[in-house]
Amino acid sequence: MIPPEFDYHAPKTIGEAIALLGSLSEAKLLAGGHSLLPMMKLRFAQPAHLIDINRIPELRGIREEGGEIVIGAMTVERDLIASTILQQKLPLLSEAPRLIADPQVRNRGTIGGDIAHGDPGNDHPAIAIALDASFVLEGSKGRRSVKAESFFHGPYMTELAEDEILCEIRIAPFAGGTGWAYEKLKRKTGDWATAGAAVVMRMSGGTVSAVRIGLTNVAPTALRAAAAEQALLGKALDDAAVDAAAAAAMAIADPQEDLRGDREYKTAMTGQMVKRALRAAAARCR
Amino acid sequence: MAKRIIKLTVNGKTVEKAVEPRMLLIHFLREECQLTGPHIGCETSHCGACTVDLDGESVKSCTHLAVQCDGSTVLTVEGLAQGGVLHAVQEGFYKEHGLQCGFCTPGMLMRAYRLLQENPDPTEAEIRTGISGNLCRCTGYQNIVKAIQYAAKKLKADAEAKQTVAA
Repeated sequence: MIPPEFDYHAPKTIGEAIALLGSLSEAKLLAGGHSLLPMMKLRFAQPAHLIDINRIPELRGIREEGGEIVIGAMTVERDLIASTILQQKLPLLSEAPRLIADPQVRNRGTIGGDIAHGDPGNDHPAIAIALDASFVLEGSKGRRSVKAESFFHGPYMTELAEDEILCEIRIAPFAGGTGWAYEKLKRKTGDWATAGAAVVMRMSGGTVSAVRIGLTNVAPTALRAAAAEQALLGKALDDAAVDAAAAAAMAIADPQEDLRGDREYKTAMTGQMVKRALRAAAARCR
Repeated sequence: MAKRIIKLTVNGKTVEKAVEPRMLLIHFLREECQLTGPHIGCETSHCGACTVDLDGESVKSCTHLAVQCDGSTVLTVEGLAQGGVLHAVQEGFYKEHGLQCGFCTPGMLMRAYRLLQENPDPTEAEIRTGISGNLCRCTGYQNIVKAIQYAAKKLKADAEAKQTVAA
């Protein structure tokens, strides 16, 4: 399979890329390409222009700045896994990519591409929601910051304007005692989640003092399970509380039937993933 | 669309060609460089039969544009053997019978080659995770794992022998 014809552009700076996005019609940004190129081969996407942002160094890398961890949007999954900054300060974000795709794809696939593509099957959106991440978008009108939970509008629809680029993901490092987990039910290496749940939580005096829960691939977008979080706050993490949180997460699940299962099964697995992630995160709260 | 001139190093040789932007690296290697070792399997980045080494990393050449490789260094299975002597991973697949039909083998070899540089002394679990992007429908993977273990041992012994000579 060969993609349809397009013209190729390889800007060296964010500014050049934004100028190209503004001046070319039917242009798409090319990040790792492991979603876009297969879609082009299948003619689901037929951009007239590809703007390859792989040669823009300022879009890559992980650094600490002003009390935040800043991750360049073009940072590949493999570098998230290998990052000592993330291992020490945001371990969820170095651990979870091991469940994404396979080694070759993780060499090319980027955190920003995974987010900006807007595919509800992708893993980083729910993880970013659980981490309360902010996305820094830059376009012809300048820079703005959008919270992860308000970025996703629908399948392949996001807050990004036509001439905007996702440049950075900004996240506060974990406070001491934070527990975390990403539980992803998948049939095989490289598969999307049948259901997935990301949890970031803290306990204080035996009760849940802070918790955020993101859900993967159980609705048209990644979801924040806010009612499930409310069901846990101030409670001990006993079976009743975990069951209540799982039920609240299942109540907002709106999955599509496919080869991974029907709606009933996927909804049940949403609850299971939330339960597993809560227990795994609680075991890490110290 | 206008063709672009790209210049890259393939198996140690400089290659300069004009390519359409939409040409995939796998087609560039097979059709422009006559290197048919990298195989076209699923074409959707799942099977790993097209795996090659690009600037020191394993990539699936079916999901990479040739124009993106301008200035890069590519190694395919044809570049593994040196001076008529099989590379340790090739010897391992031969000695341990790490293949049946052979279709996945060039991708497996290239992934094994890179895996053993990333992790020269992998556990069995690390080998299985390391090759999880390469599908084999014949062997059940058992002999592929043994072949990579054989190669790891051989590479280690070769490196130690070299050190002894140097000392």
